[in-house]
Amino acid sequence: MHKLKLWLTVAVLCVVAGVAAGCGRSVADQDALAHAKKTNTIVWGVKADTRLFGLMNTKTGKIQGFEVDMANALTKQVLGKSAKATLVQVTSDTRVPMLKGGNLDAVIATMTITPERQKVLDFTDSYFKAGQSLLVKKGSKIKSIKDLTAGTKVIGVQGSNSVDNVKKAAPATTVLQLADYAQAFTALKSGQGDALSTDNGILYGMSQQDPDYVVVGGTFTKEPYGIALNKGQTNLRKALNKALQELRADGTYEKLINKWFSDIPGFDIKEVA
Amino acid sequence: MLSILTNNYGTLMSGLGYTLLSSLIALVFSLIIGTVFALMEISPHKWLRVIGKLYVEVIRNIPLLIITMGFYVIVPKYLLPVDGFTAGTIGLTIYTSAFIAETVRAGIQSVAVGQMEGARSVGLTYTQAMSQIVFPQAIKIVIPPLGNQFINLVKNSSILAFVAGFDLMYQGKIIANATFNTFDTYLVVGLLYLILTMPLSYLMRHLEKKWVTA
Repeated sequence: MHKLKLWLTVAVLCVVAGVAAGCGRSVADQDALAHAKKTNTIVWGVKADTRLFGLMNTKTGKIQGFEVDMANALTKQVLGKSAKATLVQVTSDTRVPMLKGGNLDAVIATMTITPERQKVLDFTDSYFKAGQSLLVKKGSKIKSIKDLTAGTKVIGVQGSNSVDNVKKAAPATTVLQLADYAQAFTALKSGQGDALSTDNGILYGMSQQDPDYVVVGGTFTKEPYGIALNKGQTNLRKALNKALQELRADGTYEKLINKWFSDIPGFDIKEVA
Repeated sequence: MLSILTNNYGTLMSGLGYTLLSSLIALVFSLIIGTVFALMEISPHKWLRVIGKLYVEVIRNIPLLIITMGFYVIVPKYLLPVDGFTAGTIGLTIYTSAFIAETVRAGIQSVAVGQMEGARSVGLTYTQAMSQIVFPQAIKIVIPPLGNQFINLVKNSSILAFVAGFDLMYQGKIIANATFNTFDTYLVVGLLYLILTMPLSYLMRHLEKKWVTA
């Protein structure tokens, strides 16, 4: 009797798995551009926990940041002035499953273009050339990635490739992976780790919020951010690449970069654009 | 699905180990703490009752995540350094102890009042009557609901994933993110949790049969 129950449970799980996989594939395989034209909107996955790129304004309930502005500008550029971007909150954890499940048309969420990701996703041209760096408390002994020796702890965020980069560049250090940037920064502040490592753009945002913490050591990787699409969405990818070029040509892109990043010490527009 | 298991066998097993360790520690201590607070809740002393009730009502009405984050973030900042595993296990212990306290209290109170009165009338002290007459009867009553709490505890240990406690859920998240095969990974993780909770389920049923009918 108990054995029967166990097998029934397994069978139900398998059926759910099959249905979930089947539904997801069919939506993700539709031509996203044609669908966007029909509905006059593009559904974007954006970050809501990342200062400067996509951050929830808790007073207004709206997500604001460079990537949100880019999503709005790109939607209008692709579909026309009357179109509006639909913004859906994602985390480093959820952005790929949600995109693959067909809940999103595109993801603009501080996502680095990597060969592994290109196997399962398509990317547009890069819209921001970031690089990984370290955030430490002012006066910390850690001045660069070389100081991360055995016994040190580095905090990273689950689902971001920055964790792998740390393991490669400093194999002796222990890596702690937390759910999002807010939690990671809180963990650094309460001394759970010696340094926080991720893309410099995000670290500058944290440093701006709490000047007691500073970015050190320069970048030790190149992390070009791209817009992620489902594999095979060639029409949408081409349309977005064209729109990106047009925004660069007419000065909108530089205006948006300046709007968000111009007041940050040591930030070089030429390096990231 | 099988490839997820074979490719990440070591990682998953280390996660399983941490989950098991955390669950065992939390199980033992939450049972002790929970029983102590249950006895306080029904104590003849008013101030002990107040402390017991206050503890249970505050702890069981706060989400586990907040209790755990408190130990992960606030305690190391002002008191002493605790890592993710310790913070998660302490949070789990304290959270579960409140539910166990309520379960044990209900069990003790469901033993007929006459048992305590009879024991006292033949000259036993309150402590003797409680420990030798009422409590053994209560244990039998609380076995089934305690089993529920223990199973919840094992599953709730996934809270460690939020504070980098290296448990099964934490490793599962990392594997899901590395392989992009979210569904298969969580299916494997779910089955591994089942391996932990099923024997516990059987053990509690066995104890129930053995003790409750005896």
